[in-house]
Amino acid sequence: MFPGSRDIESSSGISLKPLGSSRLVIDPSLLLLTVVICCIGLVVLYSATNESNTLLVRQSVRFAVAFAAFLVASQVPPDALRLWTPWIFCLALGLLLLLMAMGSASQGANRWLDFGVFQFQPSELMKLAVPMAVAWFMSERRLPPTLGQLLVLLSIVLVPTLIIADQPDLGTAVLVLAAGALTIMLAGIGLRVLLGIVFAAAVSVPLLWNYMLPYQRSRVFTFFNPESDPLGAGYNIIQSKIALGSGGLFGKGWLNGTQAHLEFLPERSTDFIFAVMGEEFGLLGLLLLLILYLALVARGLYISYQAQDTFTRLLAGGLSLTFFFYVFVNAGMVCGLLPVVGVPLPLVSAGGTSMVTLMVGFGMLAAINGHRKLLAP
Amino acid sequence: MAVNFCFYEQIVGYQGEGNLGMDSNILLKDHQSETRLFLSRLIIAAFFVLVLMVLLVGRLIQLQVIDYQRFSELSQGNRLRIEPLPPTRGLVFDRNGVLLAENLPTWQLVMIPEEVEDLENTLVRLEALGLTNAAEHQEIVDLVRSRRDFERVQLRNLSEADASRFAVRRHQFPGVDIQEGLIRHYPFGAIGAHTIGYVGSISPEDLQRIDRSNYAGTSQIGRSGIERSYEQSLHGEVGYRQQVVNAQGRILLDPAANRPESTTELSQNNLETKWPVPGDNLILGLDVKLQLVAQEAMAGFRGAAIAIEPKTGDVLTLVSVPSFDPNRFTAGLSRADFTILGSDPDDPLFNRAIAGTYPPGSTVKPFFGIAALKEKAIDPAHREMCPGFFSLPGDTHRYRDWKAGGHGPMDLHDALVQSCDVFFYQVALSLGIDRLGESLENFGFGSTTGLDVVGEGHGIVPSREWKKKNFSRREDQVWFPGETLITGIGQGFALVTPLQLAHASAVLGTRGKRFKPRLVIGSQKGVGGQSIWLEPEELAGPTNVESEHYQKIHQAMLGVTEETAGTGRNAMLGTPYRVAGKTGTAQVFSLAPGEEYDEESIDERLRDHALFIAFAPAEDPEIAVAVVVENGGGSGAAATVVRKILDAFLLGVDRVPRQP
Repeated sequence: MFPGSRDIESSSGISLKPLGSSRLVIDPSLLLLTVVICCIGLVVLYSATNESNTLLVRQSVRFAVAFAAFLVASQVPPDALRLWTPWIFCLALGLLLLLMAMGSASQGANRWLDFGVFQFQPSELMKLAVPMAVAWFMSERRLPPTLGQLLVLLSIVLVPTLIIADQPDLGTAVLVLAAGALTIMLAGIGLRVLLGIVFAAAVSVPLLWNYMLPYQRSRVFTFFNPESDPLGAGYNIIQSKIALGSGGLFGKGWLNGTQAHLEFLPERSTDFIFAVMGEEFGLLGLLLLLILYLALVARGLYISYQAQDTFTRLLAGGLSLTFFFYVFVNAGMVCGLLPVVGVPLPLVSAGGTSMVTLMVGFGMLAAINGHRKLLAP
Repeated sequence: MAVNFCFYEQIVGYQGEGNLGMDSNILLKDHQSETRLFLSRLIIAAFFVLVLMVLLVGRLIQLQVIDYQRFSELSQGNRLRIEPLPPTRGLVFDRNGVLLAENLPTWQLVMIPEEVEDLENTLVRLEALGLTNAAEHQEIVDLVRSRRDFERVQLRNLSEADASRFAVRRHQFPGVDIQEGLIRHYPFGAIGAHTIGYVGSISPEDLQRIDRSNYAGTSQIGRSGIERSYEQSLHGEVGYRQQVVNAQGRILLDPAANRPESTTELSQNNLETKWPVPGDNLILGLDVKLQLVAQEAMAGFRGAAIAIEPKTGDVLTLVSVPSFDPNRFTAGLSRADFTILGSDPDDPLFNRAIAGTYPPGSTVKPFFGIAALKEKAIDPAHREMCPGFFSLPGDTHRYRDWKAGGHGPMDLHDALVQSCDVFFYQVALSLGIDRLGESLENFGFGSTTGLDVVGEGHGIVPSREWKKKNFSRREDQVWFPGETLITGIGQGFALVTPLQLAHASAVLGTRGKRFKPRLVIGSQKGVGGQSIWLEPEELAGPTNVESEHYQKIHQAMLGVTEETAGTGRNAMLGTPYRVAGKTGTAQVFSLAPGEEYDEESIDERLRDHALFIAFAPAEDPEIAVAVVVENGGGSGAAATVVRKILDAFLLGVDRVPRQP
């Protein structure tokens, strides 16, 4: 669908230099798709923030930073990335533990490390570090992983997940868990092991339930029956369904969404921006956005298919599937298919940190594709 | 292993082409099987991506095409806003039905954050008008930020004057409004304030732990005492109503107004209303008339008085002085006021009756008397000479009696009546610290009694174990025989709460029947609803104590108030009922050997604490009392208070027995 540069160059003959080592790596299709989605995001955001120019400018600045991160990440050769992975993972884990220690000292939930000039959320780093660590661990081992290796992989995923869930940041924890689990899935675990994990998960649900805070429990409750709690968590779902449904096929038109503009819809510039788009641009608008997302995922999976070693394959596949997971969880939440967890719509929701993480991830995809080495033809 | 080769092959391949073609056949095979495996996973993943996408699109079609009509009407025709209907907080009554905590109508200053253009500026202007307090500026900002969209945030309650002052300037404050609401009011003010507690504004920290939707529209939450410990019962359940509003947010249709017939209903406009469920009313065991008498008797002192009904554990009165006016909190006590109240050296917010710990002094003697009889450590008929001091064998240190010249020959009865220290040094020595500690624990000392409000103190029953755990230096961890001695007269490490003292006196009075102390004795669903009475909860009492042991101790405690030499006689002269009591003085600081205790010459805060425990009528006790007067000097100060409480309770003309 999106022929990468490899096909063109490989046809020209055998080259033993890694592709792109001497030039700037730019993946045109990834770049184009992300830019288009971000622009759509800005258009919707302008409406969702009641035509606020300030917020529009702020979000554009975030885009600029995120795209710079994307371009920088594209230049990092995957081999170097593989060598750095254990350090990056340990760094992220160390920061999480540090935060936990500081949090217990100040007796409050804290997700942020404050460096004065900028703030940093170690759990964001984990979104990338976990799939990287999984891919790194399997990179020198035979696929599929043995049961023992699987246990190591599970702890790579679960330890950071539990720490983040403890912050408490359920949304990010779910995303980190998904990123790790999807990468492990790509490493090829057998059906029996998969069933075992499902069983273990089923057993751990009651445990998790005990562990959850009241507000998290109430989210699960309201998920099954949002109308039961119209003042609490159910309010968001009720209003977002009205927003989506009243958008119809063609939408009410840009800046004409009543749900958003009369401020019935909560969190409309962040987690619920999908509903704003659905109200103003209708089913067709949403389909366009979803197709663009799907194209990005397809491009990522294609890069993963083309990748040559275990590390890059697993990483590229894992990152692409995780991206799709983000989209699905947010859209599913907004239209009432999934419980409300605080997951933003990738590249569209207002907010800087998660966007930088996403674009670094796409940068890695571009790098994996652009730095491929040619084997025998 | 082969996988490793496969991996190195790539590295090699990267460095030079020379050996690539040679043995790559086998290696490539592995490589290919992995590729196949990976490809199969990728295909499965892609398949799931497509399935989920179809699911998502299906859902969108359902919402946006199939149900379009319904949602379109909801969004365009009806502009629904959901307004929370906060429940009315439950009332609190005393045992005779006297109202202790009620709700009064008031004006509230509220903010709808979305409609406020500039929060900072708005607050500054409100502060300039004196409607909000500058000291609470940041707190309000935090509160507003932590609330959900479109939720009204109550800023504070307004006086009539403030409300009218704001009303004329309302147009200058978009997003700020006044609304009618209810404010908690405590008709008796400082009387019983520590028991009832108070409510205060919900803080951002509270929002983290409470069910936020159940508190939508509620601005206050229980902060201490009954109000805090029974928050769940008192609060009730929130309701809501749907309103139709126009684009400016003005209410066009409010079906819920004045129709509280059913709990949930759908009007013909499909607008739903769910009425709130008011909180339960609580009935306390407290007798507010007795509370008034006790608090008046304690006026001017620092200390605590607590009375318990021995046969149920009901707390009849609970005084902690100095007290405070809880109504200051509900009106939105400013942070500055709170700091003043909190930094008062007399600490009026501190509930001395349940959380204050004091050395029990001689009030422990009856309990050690029981232990001595039970363990047969002394012969009740035997008389021991009291020369005014006691020395351990092989030690010259003199442990002094409070009476310089000594009491002469003493048996258990006389030793209790006259509160002879030397006798109880002897008792302590023969029982040993382990059995002393056990006898105190049997009567509930050293652990919380289980009163139904938070904040109870544990006190300390000293033991070898306790000392080992609580001292860091090795040489301090050893238990010394001298420490056993002074434990015998309630000095040293032992600490008790007034509640524990009253509780233990009640157990003594009922001859070992022990009931868990409680404040709430019943509840009521709604005003005039059926009252539900709670059964008293009996606890395991002291074991192996025979009735005649109690009899002996009761006789001695009667002697304290009736015999000529009794230490509690003056305060109890001429009571028409018989009082079993015991005096106590607790040293706040130690005298050097040979130094005389002279009340006049020492600092008021270093004077001894005065204690008194009692139950009456002695034959069949209806009330057990413990009073502690901090730095009260001799026990007389406490005994006088006990007398007033007993008179009021047992002789009060309008005394009403508790229902069922």
